[in-house]
Amino acid sequence: MNYTERLENVTVIGAAGKMGSGILLLTALEMTDLSLMPENKDKTFVLNAVDVSDSALKGLVEYIRGQVQKAAEKKTVALRKVYAHRTDLIENGDIINQYVNDVLAVVRPTTRMEAAYDSKVIFEAIKEDPELKVRIIKQIDSNNKNNPWFYTNTSSIPITQLDETAGLGGRIIGFHFYNPPAIQKLVELIDAKYTQKEVHDFSLEFAKKLKKVVVPSNDFAGFIGNGHFMRDALHGIQEAQRLSANMPLHEAIYMINKVGQDFLVRPMGIFQLIDYVGVDVVSYIMSVMNPHLADENLHSSLLDKMLEIGVKGGQYSSGAQKDGFLKYDKGRAVAVYCTEKRDYVSFESFATKCDEQLGSLPGSYKPWKAVNFSKGKDADLAAYFGELSTMNTMGAQLAKTYNARSNAIGRKLVSDGVANNNQDVNTVMLTGFFHAYGPINEYLK
Amino acid sequence: MAAGYNSISLGTGRKEFNPKKERPGLDQYVKEAGQGVLKQIGGAQNVDESAIGNFMAARFNNQGHLAAFIPMIDEGLRFKPSVRTEGACASGALALVAGIRSVLAETGEVVLTLGVEVQNTVKAIYGADILAGAGYYPERKEGHAYFFPGKFSDRAGAYYEKFGREYARKGMARWFRNAIENARLCPTAQEYQNTVKDLEALGLTEPNPRGFVDNLNVFDCSKVSDGGSGIAILSEEGLKRCGIPASEAVEVVAFGQATFDISQRPDDLTVMATTAAAVKKALESAGIIKEQLGTVETHDCFTIAGVLATEAIGFAEHGKGAQFVAEGHTARDGKIPFNTTGGLVGWGHPTGATGVHQAVTIWEQLTGKAGDAQITIHPDRPYGMTINMGGDDKTVVAIVYKRGE
Repeated sequence: MNYTERLENVTVIGAAGKMGSGILLLTALEMTDLSLMPENKDKTFVLNAVDVSDSALKGLVEYIRGQVQKAAEKKTVALRKVYAHRTDLIENGDIINQYVNDVLAVVRPTTRMEAAYDSKVIFEAIKEDPELKVRIIKQIDSNNKNNPWFYTNTSSIPITQLDETAGLGGRIIGFHFYNPPAIQKLVELIDAKYTQKEVHDFSLEFAKKLKKVVVPSNDFAGFIGNGHFMRDALHGIQEAQRLSANMPLHEAIYMINKVGQDFLVRPMGIFQLIDYVGVDVVSYIMSVMNPHLADENLHSSLLDKMLEIGVKGGQYSSGAQKDGFLKYDKGRAVAVYCTEKRDYVSFESFATKCDEQLGSLPGSYKPWKAVNFSKGKDADLAAYFGELSTMNTMGAQLAKTYNARSNAIGRKLVSDGVANNNQDVNTVMLTGFFHAYGPINEYLK
Repeated sequence: MAAGYNSISLGTGRKEFNPKKERPGLDQYVKEAGQGVLKQIGGAQNVDESAIGNFMAARFNNQGHLAAFIPMIDEGLRFKPSVRTEGACASGALALVAGIRSVLAETGEVVLTLGVEVQNTVKAIYGADILAGAGYYPERKEGHAYFFPGKFSDRAGAYYEKFGREYARKGMARWFRNAIENARLCPTAQEYQNTVKDLEALGLTEPNPRGFVDNLNVFDCSKVSDGGSGIAILSEEGLKRCGIPASEAVEVVAFGQATFDISQRPDDLTVMATTAAAVKKALESAGIIKEQLGTVETHDCFTIAGVLATEAIGFAEHGKGAQFVAEGHTARDGKIPFNTTGGLVGWGHPTGATGVHQAVTIWEQLTGKAGDAQITIHPDRPYGMTINMGGDDKTVVAIVYKRGE
């Protein structure tokens, strides 16, 4: 079975979710592009979009329609050639509409798991629950005569565990997109112990067609991305708790978040990132990873407490940020949660005091947005961190400690054999987390 | 002609442009440009009739019947005659011609002449479909997604092949630089706020055929613009009626109009023959030679069209236009300053308004009203010329002007 035949019947499980919808979109575009090749004109391509709720599927179709239209508007020059034989399609508008229709004709939204029984490839993007994943994979596999291949989007569960518990004999691979899949260039590719070579090779070809950057990770819970993020998050939380011996916790959270975003020139501070991913999701991923870690305890009582109170973060289906550790106004953090008051305290009421305590930023500071997309990024960062390293303010000290921890986490991922080399760790953080520089750097010696 | 008025050219490049926010529509531009003229001519009671140029409001705005927009400007225009003209991107100049003919025929002493277009209602990829209406529809299917850039990309490609690619692109990049530098001197220009330092390097950006056309980059293209322009066309009697001294007006010395069969391809892609014909008619009718021109506003819908225009007028021999431009002869301090407020590349190209905008610019330059963009008009070269082109060198109007005495 070649690449095209393999993609004739595909299912995405959890298709209406945040990750699933992105995977569905990219797969739908790839399958439609295959279907429009002259040599495939007699083939039928089917992409089942399986999810539990009809209302979520309705939203999914609207999302797909909007995104496909945008994609078609961007590639109209090429699409005019694809549809050159269609004498009825003359204007760009005609061609774009036809492409949207063709993609929607490939996608079959359904709440019935049975749809996956005819598929040759199954993308799984459901909740990070090993038991649930295994149950669904087993159900599909036992009813499917094609010996289907499973692509799991897990970000934390070891693939070998899924392979062995579901009895797949190596017909599974970790294919971990980053959020949102349609935009983020990174895919972590994780072979289980017995992943079949054909499954691996198909993944590479598919990722290449999707124009993704593939970083191989070895099969350790959390892989490279969450391997770094979860430990980095725990460090931030613990630092805030340490500072809270001498100040209210919410002020410490504000300060640590600021150290990450400003002093370390990151796209967002660690508490904002936890909110973005979801306090519940972060806590859950830690709990999935933790049993696999022998020499450390990846767990935070502060996260437990937040969840107990019911502060979860995450995002609305519109993509807007829900309140978590921080409160947001039009995407901008404006207040921080105080667990004692059980309410948000506005930055205005205390930020000046905290900023003074942290001390000013180095004179050569430029925000992440200005640095990350600049041609002279390396020189800018070298100058900035050179200046930071000579400073002894509280902000500079916290940043140095933070950077050292991030660096150690990165190096340990390599020495533990999760990542093959330093470069892979840095690539994941640069492309998957949009950091301006990798954690394994020489900026602060 | 006198009492010119331009709205700003709104679109990408202007800080106030936000595609997601509501913007002025046809009504506002017609009113703004119309009232801008009426204020300078003593009000609507002095107007005998009106003409308005517009290309494709029927598709950009789902609106036809623009002649009936005129009384919106002022109640005093109710029940007075009004006409809308359309000749693709030459719609504005056709409105001028309609007004000029009326004054010559003595059917009107004062003609309020406007041009308007609001194009930013759709994304560029759909705008390309609408603008393709300036071409021959049976050619649309085989044409490029960006139909008109595709047409002029073909012209540029033919020019590259005949005279050298690098040579031609240098001239085109210099044309771009001149356009932006001139636009920076004109507060209504779409590129007024442009701050790019090395404009010629930007102009030399390699074309990207995967996303756009083979032989042009986006900097070779005119802007997608919303805007309205207006000017009054008056007889001597009309000037008196409005209390405008002749020295504040420009005399229309002559005009030349030429048309080419829309269904036919040009004989030679490196020649704009219709433009050459219109210019020849205008100069001959004016009884002047090109060396007497002090400034030209030409229809640079693409930088290559600017280069070809220098050849069509005769300033440069065939194939030497790129060199003529690259050497700075068309810059504001060159032998013959072209497009002194930026032209279509720098000032903007609200298609149906462009012909009128060109006339306003010439009126400003010849009467000393061009502000920071003012050039020196030498007494031995007192004439100005506008060239407004519809489609791919299909409908062309050239007008020769001189300051009133």
